[in-house]
Amino acid sequence: MLSKAGTRLMQGNEACAEGAIAAGLRFFAGYPITPSTEIAEELALLLPKVGGKFIQMEDEIASISAIIGASLAGAKSMTATSGPGFSLKQEGIGFASYTEVPCVIVNVQRVGPSTGVPTAPAQGDVMQARWGTHGDHPVIVLCPSSVAETFTLIIEAFNISERWRIPVIFLMDEVVAHMREKVVVPDVSRIRLAERPRPQVAPDQYLPYAAGEDLVPPMADFGSGYRYHVTGLTHDQTGFPTTKAPEVDALARRLDAKMKRAAPHVTFVDELLVDDAEVAVFAYGVTARAAAKAVRDARAQGLKAGLIKAKTLWPFPSEHVRRVAERARAIVVPEMNMGQLVLEVERASAGRANVVGLSRVDAEPITPDEILAKLREV
Amino acid sequence: MAMPVTHYLRTSKMPHIWCAGCGHGIVLGAVLRAIDSLGLDKDQVCVVSGIGCASRAPGYLDFNTLHTTHGRAIAFATGIKMAKPELKVIVLTGDGDAAAIGGNHLIHAARRNIGITTVCFNNSIYGMTSGQYSPMTPTGSLASTAPYGNIEEPFDLCDLVYAAGASYVARGTAYHALLLSKLIAKAIATEGFSFVEAITQCPTYYGRRNNMRSAVDMLKWQKEHAVPVAAAAKMSAEELVGKFRIGELGTRTRPEYTGRYAAVIEAAQKEEAEEDA
Repeated sequence: MLSKAGTRLMQGNEACAEGAIAAGLRFFAGYPITPSTEIAEELALLLPKVGGKFIQMEDEIASISAIIGASLAGAKSMTATSGPGFSLKQEGIGFASYTEVPCVIVNVQRVGPSTGVPTAPAQGDVMQARWGTHGDHPVIVLCPSSVAETFTLIIEAFNISERWRIPVIFLMDEVVAHMREKVVVPDVSRIRLAERPRPQVAPDQYLPYAAGEDLVPPMADFGSGYRYHVTGLTHDQTGFPTTKAPEVDALARRLDAKMKRAAPHVTFVDELLVDDAEVAVFAYGVTARAAAKAVRDARAQGLKAGLIKAKTLWPFPSEHVRRVAERARAIVVPEMNMGQLVLEVERASAGRANVVGLSRVDAEPITPDEILAKLREV
Repeated sequence: MAMPVTHYLRTSKMPHIWCAGCGHGIVLGAVLRAIDSLGLDKDQVCVVSGIGCASRAPGYLDFNTLHTTHGRAIAFATGIKMAKPELKVIVLTGDGDAAAIGGNHLIHAARRNIGITTVCFNNSIYGMTSGQYSPMTPTGSLASTAPYGNIEEPFDLCDLVYAAGASYVARGTAYHALLLSKLIAKAIATEGFSFVEAITQCPTYYGRRNNMRSAVDMLKWQKEHAVPVAAAAKMSAEELVGKFRIGELGTRTRPEYTGRYAAVIEAAQKEEAEEDA
């Protein structure tokens, strides 16, 4: 059934699908892959009810390609996948980033590399989410740690992608995707929705890649009377290919500046007991749940611990880390990988606090006790 | 009320990138004359391409134009057609783009019978990267990556696409430009998936390596080896060896995909309304 206001017991993947529809999703293309498949199944059922479209494509690359096409035609678009499929989509993600086509790419992380453990959680795709495609490019990465947060954060993913014309990677993990929790579904009519900026000038005045002060060029829908060109080749303000050094440079720098301009508006971090924290945890996704428990347990034992829970992984919330690092003697970074964001925490901390990684790569989630032990050790 | 082809061109983007003697301009002219003969509104035409020489065509065309990644034009076009079924969506692609890296999308679009027209500019070679063999390079031909002669057999692309389920399949050549234009017009007018293979010449990277030094030599080759389907029907298998058929190779009526999906929406909304009642 379609999400109606009220309290529901939902699976993470189901919350992702229903939140996306609430955000205005009207086109989904996907390919079956564990542990993300329920998102496609839900959307196959629900999208036509709201006049939206669902298609199961022949492969992962076709899926990312189709959502970019649909977005160019004006539909809010999404695809969902997991590790191997996410690898296959990277070229398409780069195309969307460079041509500034809004779209949301869900990656439910599982153990990798390669086929890995398809049914088990991991957090190994954090760096790939930011840098998976070739070349410098803007991309924003959001990461929920609960089912309720999945519902609200996927709405933000669409709003950000539309507002800034940047692809948003929605980085879930197998635990959050498959667990069932309470979700308080809001009245859909009260959810704030963003739309891509559309041209305010006549078609003959339209420069598809000329951006104003906010660095985001207005985007016309295909078929709306603005006949323009979109290419993955380096392009000038008119949208046509260029190899002129100043124009190549200008596009790279505008896209970088756009990401920086967006950063304060797209950085979501929850802080728990950090104001007087002597030791802190930086965590995200399912691991942040164990971290919250560890911090409370530490406090109960008299250790002043705090938590930085990142819901935005990229752009990296450096300021939050820096502030906590000024007071805390150590920051523990538990991750279900061999140490990926711990390097960013180190960079942001800049020697102020001792940054200590905690890796678990056995296809099992990190427990509160493991984090607590590390907090007591540092 | 025929318009000159310049009506459909972004003439400010000329000169084009194609080599002297390349047949792509002839094929593109045939596409534009086909569009003109149908009286299509430029705002309602969307032209999508992949990567390669042929795929640079949309940049010169005054429509909604999209130059995508290598091989994926039909997949992008599928998203556009689904989102806005009222658009005429035309894919311009080359033999490497459509038959090698994009082969999966080609057969699945045909299987779905989605209302997209694909024109494959088949010059038997990868021209953009300077002459490697493609899935359409004839056996025995020389290419930069087949210096001892190509040992692979090419597809019959039209048979492949028709077998996969397309509504309309035809083949023409740059030499038979008027016929080609008529075939493309019928393809665009087809409701389901339509496919036209346009045999075209690459004197620079195919002809010079294969004893056809000029564009004229290659056009003569097209003239001498093409057999209209009606004539081919009266010829024996032995007589057809080394020749290829031109004209309409397959037509059938099947439900078009976005129309089928519209019925899904109707059914789903009816069910939802009944649940609410």
